[in-house]
Amino acid sequence: MTIQDDMNPVSADPETNVDGIARTVTERSALQRVLTLTVGPILAAFLLSALILMLVGVNPLTYYGYILERSLFSGLGLQQTATRMAPLLFLCASLIIAFRAGIWNLGTDGQFLLGAVISAASAPLLVGVLPGWAVLLAGFVLAALVGAVWSLIPALLKAYQGVNEIITTLMMSFLGVLLASTLVKLVFRDPETTVPQTRTLPVEDRLPRLFDTSISSGLIWGLIAVLAVHLMMTRTAFGLRLRMVGANPLAATHAGLSVPLLTLATFGLSAGFAGLAGASEILGVAGNVRANWNPAYGLMVIPLVFLARFNGVGAIVLVFFYSALMIGSESAARRLGVPQDFTLVLVASLLICLGLGEYIDHHKRKKER
Amino acid sequence: MSNASETVTSLSSETRAGVIGVHGVTKRFPGVIAVNNVSLTFHQGEVHVLLGENGAGKSTLVGILSGLQEPDEGYLSLNGKKIRLASPSASLDAGISTVFQHSMLVPTLTVLENLTLGAPWYERPPRARIAARMEELKREFALSLPLDAIVGELSLGQQQQIEIARALLRDSKVLILDEATSMLTPQGAHELGERMQKLVKSGLAVIFITHKLAEAYRYGNRISVLKQGALAGEMVPDQLKSMSEDQAVDEIVRLMFGREAGAGSTEQRNSTKRDDTVLKLENLSTQGDADVMGIADISLILQAGEIVGVAGIDGNGQKQLAEAMAGQRPLNSGRVELDGEDITSATVAQRRRKGLRYLTDDRLAEGSVAAFPISENTVLKDIGQPPFWVNGLERPQRIAQHARELIARFSVHAPGETTPIGRLSGGNIQKVLLGRELLGEARVVVFNKPTYGLDLKNIDTSRQRISEIAERGLAVLLISTDLDELMALSDRIAVMEGGRIRGIVKNDGSGEALRLRIGRMMAGEEDYKQATA
Amino acid sequence: MSGLLTEAFLSSLLTGAIVAAIPILLAGLGEQMSEKAGVLNIGIEGMMLMGAYVGFLVAFETNSLWLGFLGGILGGVLTAIVMAVLCVRLGLNQIVIGIGLTLGVEGLTALLHHFQFSRTYPRLPAPERLNIPGLTDLPVIGPSLFGRHLIVYLALIAVVVLAYLYRRTNLGMTLSAAGERPAALDVAGGNVLGIRVVAVLFTGAMAGLGGAYLANIGAGLFIPFMTGGAGFIGIVLAMLARGRPLWVLIGSLIFGAALSLTTALQVAGSNIPTDVIQMLPFAAVMLVLVLFGRRAKLPAALGAAYERGAR
Repeated sequence: MTIQDDMNPVSADPETNVDGIARTVTERSALQRVLTLTVGPILAAFLLSALILMLVGVNPLTYYGYILERSLFSGLGLQQTATRMAPLLFLCASLIIAFRAGIWNLGTDGQFLLGAVISAASAPLLVGVLPGWAVLLAGFVLAALVGAVWSLIPALLKAYQGVNEIITTLMMSFLGVLLASTLVKLVFRDPETTVPQTRTLPVEDRLPRLFDTSISSGLIWGLIAVLAVHLMMTRTAFGLRLRMVGANPLAATHAGLSVPLLTLATFGLSAGFAGLAGASEILGVAGNVRANWNPAYGLMVIPLVFLARFNGVGAIVLVFFYSALMIGSESAARRLGVPQDFTLVLVASLLICLGLGEYIDHHKRKKER
Repeated sequence: MSNASETVTSLSSETRAGVIGVHGVTKRFPGVIAVNNVSLTFHQGEVHVLLGENGAGKSTLVGILSGLQEPDEGYLSLNGKKIRLASPSASLDAGISTVFQHSMLVPTLTVLENLTLGAPWYERPPRARIAARMEELKREFALSLPLDAIVGELSLGQQQQIEIARALLRDSKVLILDEATSMLTPQGAHELGERMQKLVKSGLAVIFITHKLAEAYRYGNRISVLKQGALAGEMVPDQLKSMSEDQAVDEIVRLMFGREAGAGSTEQRNSTKRDDTVLKLENLSTQGDADVMGIADISLILQAGEIVGVAGIDGNGQKQLAEAMAGQRPLNSGRVELDGEDITSATVAQRRRKGLRYLTDDRLAEGSVAAFPISENTVLKDIGQPPFWVNGLERPQRIAQHARELIARFSVHAPGETTPIGRLSGGNIQKVLLGRELLGEARVVVFNKPTYGLDLKNIDTSRQRISEIAERGLAVLLISTDLDELMALSDRIAVMEGGRIRGIVKNDGSGEALRLRIGRMMAGEEDYKQATA
Repeated sequence: MSGLLTEAFLSSLLTGAIVAAIPILLAGLGEQMSEKAGVLNIGIEGMMLMGAYVGFLVAFETNSLWLGFLGGILGGVLTAIVMAVLCVRLGLNQIVIGIGLTLGVEGLTALLHHFQFSRTYPRLPAPERLNIPGLTDLPVIGPSLFGRHLIVYLALIAVVVLAYLYRRTNLGMTLSAAGERPAALDVAGGNVLGIRVVAVLFTGAMAGLGGAYLANIGAGLFIPFMTGGAGFIGIVLAMLARGRPLWVLIGSLIFGAALSLTTALQVAGSNIPTDVIQMLPFAAVMLVLVLFGRRAKLPAALGAAYERGAR
């Protein structure tokens, strides 16, 4: 599945089917395809966004240059970029499972925040009770469980009632975001602070930093999560079962797979990883959750996973660039006065331009055949 | 859309009397020439049969005439004028209406709405006018339809009547019927044949597409035979009238294959039935609902080496029976016994491992995952099983090797095992699926419409394979809507209607008499005399 | 919570319910047409937000609420054009493009707002209201039901008009055919892509109008991200209403009531966190989905692009 809605890339007309006849096709040069598929659209997206910057009176060259300088060409920026990647990677893992299994989990924001809140609520209390590694492990496990539990209603409705999960996961996401905030204010509030927030996990008890840098080791776990999910989906029996349910539920039933159970498993795993994403942000970086905190990474990651065509390695590369963009634009918001919301514009134009590129490529290939 | 028509100055004398002319039309698809330089003329007052195997170019020709596709070379003419049909609406404006092989009705809308489909959105449906016209059609062509019924709740035969009525309401000059008898009972097909004759007498030109030789003779005034995209021959009305059915069929077969009829496939096979019972079904019942029919009280015994046919009009519980046997559909009551072992509560996978196999009729939507490569499709029913998986980890080389062996053994035409299975033709997908079902120790194979939609060569091979499977001592349940196929292959034939078995007859080779008896049971009459299981 | 049932409380609750219901109603009616035609318009949130921004900008610059509404419609339609071109004409994935569009509009409007209004946060003057002598003077329901801006009544009329068009003209069946079996509509001479484009643009217009109402009447100013999921609620309403405009109206009123309870309780001095009350409408949707989800039947071809010949 790509942006080009190519769920059935196969011509069903028997008369157009090639019966082993070798195609005498001269494919366009690979270079041309790369141009239409990636380089061209990316350039177009940056140009489009540059136009918008000029519209509001910002010099795009200054802005883009500043972002590059702050995020990739400075040691600190690079470290911040790497740290930012961790939660996004876990979210990628979550979405790769869901999308490959044909489930539109659009509720990762709620699952993420509830995972974050439960880990922030539990970990500081466990410090001293359990050894350091066990505190972190408990935080992660709880976050995964809570995330999974939050997807239970959409999962059951989808598996046994056939209710469209797009709407249920979105609704549960709104609910989850509000619930997380309520929990911080009413249940897990740190009595010693004036602003509503949870207790804070001391810096020394958080996920260790990598070597001498400020990069959280959450990055490593995030990378492992994405790669593990990628291998699971492409190389194991379980992954093939999930993919089969996603690609053709009728065929899955016919082959003796329990589509409802596998649907439940997909939701559980996907939402669990979203919960882990929340925990990785708290246990690795923030240490606590403030009321009304919502970075809203969930919907943002969806375009990235799509652009990566559900490929784990591709997703890692895109997450890297997106993190750099975020770090750079956050800095630019302070220094150049351009709100970081601009990244949304850039990602949206990327998505649209890459979609158009795919469309053009698809049709050129069609014509050539 | 306007039909950019212009007078063609020099028309050949042949097109003189025709409504629609096809002139040197060629249409290419990736890697194939679907229609190759075909010229045809369709006349008023004639049922013109387009006959050919699957892949002979019939559907593409229909697509071109109905505005779905445009020819790469050549042109069409209407009443002697060159015409371009760039869209379905252009085709409709030209007076051509098409009843497609697959229903082109909206199941959630009413009959009236389907009849007016395509009208401008701001208009109100002209109910009174249509009701009046339907009265006329009822008198002239015996087309009777409840205007306010939801189409999805009507039978396939009634749905087809809606499409024909729609064509007549549009005052079409040409009516195309694409494989129109495939969903009908023998009686229904006969009625359609009579209706077509009435239609041509009222001045229409009817184009009737079929791959069934006998139908072509019975219902057609003129027959054009297509072969691999090209016109292989034509039989004009006078010629047809002077021939008997057998003579005509022989001639058609000669045109289509260049050989005489009567080879292999329609001859009854010799029974290879043995005495040991393999599968025993006792009083199987499943839940039905608005969408699917339930089955009731089905009892059947399959013996080794035996082929039991299941006849019936499509949608009378045959598929549900197959699914219940495979374990795909939960039972309300009943018992399934395989080699004396009770497997009623076994899952699909367990039954498969014990040797109960089910080859579905829906090759693309249910049998395979179109986007997955052939290799993965060969093992989709054994996910996680050795030797293809070890400890849950896939062994791609082992799977690829297995797929290559299967491709070779079942002579699947495919570029390679990594080709997505959806790119193959129906016959080749069928071969892959058959190979998948026969993997390991099979005991019983349930075939659901195994030759449906295949071309004649593949039909022959498939029937041959089914015979061989029985010869090897496996029990076969053969579900088919093709009575000839059942009478050629089966030891016994069970007839299903309304989710029940109306009778089981021994295939004693009594030909027409047997066919009549089965036909009556298909229509719901019990056959007590012979109801012995 | 002594003053819970005072006249002022009830009046503000009812007023709030209507003010909150109108944007959702407009969005839901718009989305309903897209869904009928087989387009799952996830970009509606973005269309609404664009309508809010453009609607506010125009109203602010021209001092005319009506021109503001027109601007809102224009903003929504402009966003919808992108959706119509990419998803209907080119057949790209509706969900991904919808999400992308929403994100893009969120970013764009926040950016523009930052450079135009973030220092001053200008407000529009309170809108002129309808005044029907006699009715508007009734206690409690008077001002809330009969003292609203004319656009409220136009929205209600839209419900009736749409219900009429769906039932009595070919519009309903043409949309249903495009959503259930586009190929059938195509071979019957209908224009699948045409009717889908019309439906998406209509969604944009209605969502844009809803957004403009939200900004110009509801809040009196534009705030980035101010739609806060109203478009998504519109999607839910459209799904649950199964093609009936009246059901969208009923649903939006229930939602509006739940939303207005938030403000009303605050006015009454309740100390329940607003988060909890804000959860009510979403919880209500989930409850409805749990109870009746099975019956929320969607068009068969919803979300699938149509290409002639590709069966």
